[in-house]
Amino acid sequence: MTDLALESVSHVYARSGVRSLDDVSLRVAGGERLALVGQNGSGKTTLVRHLNGLLRPSAGRVTIDGADADGYTVAQLARSIGLVFQDPDQQIFAGSVRAEAEFGPRNLGLRGTQLRAAVDEALDAVGLSAEARTNPYDLGASRRKLLALASVLAMRTPVLVVDEPTTGQDVRGVAVVRRVIDTARAAGRTVIAISHDMEFVASAFERVVVLRAGRVILDGPPSAVFAESSWPALRSTFLEPPLAARLGAQLGLQPTPTDDALIRALAQ
Amino acid sequence: MLELDAVTYRYAGAPRPSLHEVSLTLGDGEVVGIVGASEAGKSTLCLVAAGLAPRTVGGTLSGHVLLDGHDVAPLAMHELAERVGICFANPATQLSRVTATVYEEVAFGPMNLGLPRGDVIDRTGAALDAFGIADIAEREPARLSGGQQQLVAVAGLLAIRPQHLVLDEPTAQLDPAGTQLVAEALARLAADGASILIAEQKTDLLAQICTRMVALEAGRVALEGAAAEVLADERLSGLGVAFPASVRIRRLAEAASLRAPQRDKLAAALATMGSPI
Repeated sequence: MTDLALESVSHVYARSGVRSLDDVSLRVAGGERLALVGQNGSGKTTLVRHLNGLLRPSAGRVTIDGADADGYTVAQLARSIGLVFQDPDQQIFAGSVRAEAEFGPRNLGLRGTQLRAAVDEALDAVGLSAEARTNPYDLGASRRKLLALASVLAMRTPVLVVDEPTTGQDVRGVAVVRRVIDTARAAGRTVIAISHDMEFVASAFERVVVLRAGRVILDGPPSAVFAESSWPALRSTFLEPPLAARLGAQLGLQPTPTDDALIRALAQ
Repeated sequence: MLELDAVTYRYAGAPRPSLHEVSLTLGDGEVVGIVGASEAGKSTLCLVAAGLAPRTVGGTLSGHVLLDGHDVAPLAMHELAERVGICFANPATQLSRVTATVYEEVAFGPMNLGLPRGDVIDRTGAALDAFGIADIAEREPARLSGGQQQLVAVAGLLAIRPQHLVLDEPTAQLDPAGTQLVAEALARLAADGASILIAEQKTDLLAQICTRMVALEAGRVALEGAAAEVLADERLSGLGVAFPASVRIRRLAEAASLRAPQRDKLAAALATMGSPI
């Protein structure tokens, strides 16, 4: 179990002078499933890049199990925090699917049967076992994205951070991503995901954090964040609650952030 | 008008075609949505419809792609670019990489058309406003968030005001507000007579803007028809396509066999949500 914390973190990009995070405090306990939502440019990607040291705070601090992340290199943090980029092409470079998935765990020191097992498991989790010898660039964009996810899964980090994992995925791809998140959760790993898909967020995560202009404006379970009382805050940053939540409110039901919750409430 | 006439297309070195005998006609002002599972041929169809495959990516094509009745094959690249615009799924592919600011990036297309300076300024200003990115006009494109880059890419394309437009998941990285801005901009272009082909996973967006829809399966047209019919077709999920939220909830309600009063209440609530389906 790895506990993460941002303590009054601000980040100002040196070149543009843009303040992307503004005094953000956030604790994430080991094993949580947390979704980070907000408008384009609200600071979501900037926030997660602080978790593995790709970015360092301009003010405040990030701690991993209570220790200041500034004391660790990116390579050391990579043992705890696996980050999957939004654009797989920023990440993929190897000549075969297997070689790509091997790179991370090999860097962590895995060899032989251990390495093979980690890679087999990760490729299997995203349904790419049959493509192990394929060149990643012969895969379509959505499967390259699943490969990027597998390469990070293969490192078996206690924390998995995914930036817009369902973007560009069809129904089956979304189901794969959902299964990966559930499996990670069952194994006690923390999952933090950035997403614009409110229905995915409401149904696959137990905590939702909403950012606006680099600040946290809502933080709670989907039933609270998508409840009618939160809509003004959500809409202040141009987010729309899921259709199920809006229908539930219209029908005077208790908060129904997901389709299932809506149908259950109606069936009673 | 944009037409594909019995198009079969195979990438260079590929064992089999990625598109088989695809025929499709988009009239002026028509918005046609393309859906299908990953690797069903959506992006390939976009490249072919925009005249870029086989022209720039190689491969072999049989059949014809026609713009306003004229085959695209003999057109020079600049003639093609004036007639049809394409928006790639990944904004990193789309952005020119030679401009220092968002303003210059959006102005890049109109400038390359050789438009008078005043027109370039008008179009750039209008596109920045339409996509709510006037406030980042002086920022460097490469240093924007993924979603902001995508808005800049779409704004730059629409500033060219192409008569025919092909878009491959133009809203993949956009937040709901950005997605809505793109929907509105496309609806305006269509109202001005553009024919628009759009591949998307977001069926809620397609429900809002499309007149017709095509679902692809392994490079062939599996479903085709009015948008409302295709989006409610029960075969859709078997093709790897998500139903729009309203259709999904209606189907779940049917499967749960709710009591009649509850079912009617839900139907009435759905009707007030302004969902087109």
